[in-house]
Amino acid sequence: MHDFTPGHGILGGVLIGLGLAVVLLGSGRIVGLSGITAGLINPHAGGDRTWRASFLLGALAVGAIFELASPTTYDAVAPRPLWLLAIAGVLVGVGTRMANGCTSGHGLCGVARLSKRSLIATITFFAVGVATATLVGRLA
Amino acid sequence: MNPLALLGGALFGAGVCISGMVRPSKVLGFLDFAGPWDATLLLVMASGLAVTVIAWRMVAGLRTPRFGREFPAPPSPLVDARLVVGAAVFGVGWGLSGYCPGPALVALVAGVPATFVFVAAMLAGMFAVERREQSTRSDA
Repeated sequence: MHDFTPGHGILGGVLIGLGLAVVLLGSGRIVGLSGITAGLINPHAGGDRTWRASFLLGALAVGAIFELASPTTYDAVAPRPLWLLAIAGVLVGVGTRMANGCTSGHGLCGVARLSKRSLIATITFFAVGVATATLVGRLA
Repeated sequence: MNPLALLGGALFGAGVCISGMVRPSKVLGFLDFAGPWDATLLLVMASGLAVTVIAWRMVAGLRTPRFGREFPAPPSPLVDARLVVGAAVFGVGWGLSGYCPGPALVALVAGVPATFVFVAAMLAGMFAVERREQSTRSDA
């Protein structure tokens, strides 16, 4: 199998889960990265800015430490052309707001409590994601 | 600053870096079934879910969060076209780019221009939906 890193995958997944669990257990909030981001850019979202900004700051600060300590953590070159990334970005932004969640909020938080909405959303974006990437992979 | 959210974000950031989910090439390695396949993403989801499932079990045994007022209400059973269409639109964007919202934001720290293009487009997409409806909803 190509580039398969099971140990890092499991450790990383546990840490991602812990990040969401800490906020859920500590302050009773369901963490979704699309929801956090949308809440920060929407001037009408109300007074929950502090925790959202804190979460993002924590994530980006640790991300920066990884960039300094181990630059190969990140792709140096994007795997797709810029015009395609621009289209994809709009679709991800619109889609996650319509569905009210993404891989973290629906995929990890919602599915874990067997939310019907989250299960259906997660099955849908995984199926469509695989179909899209496979199709593009064949064309490329 | 909210220390709990900062910690949660730091754990999340470490998780997406260690697991390789900040690399769209690795995410596409999973989503593209036609190419050399990499199952790592599946292990990230599974181990993340193991943690969030335990977290929800702990929530069930607690009356209130340690630093918050209340736990989230039970999930809404409402499955509408908006949820499914939104998840599908997100899936297309995810499959085209290999980026979902959280890892894309963290990857900004690597300073690769393509990531900025993706994130700017994502924010524009989110903002467009937020503007269309000023209502906020409960799940992630």
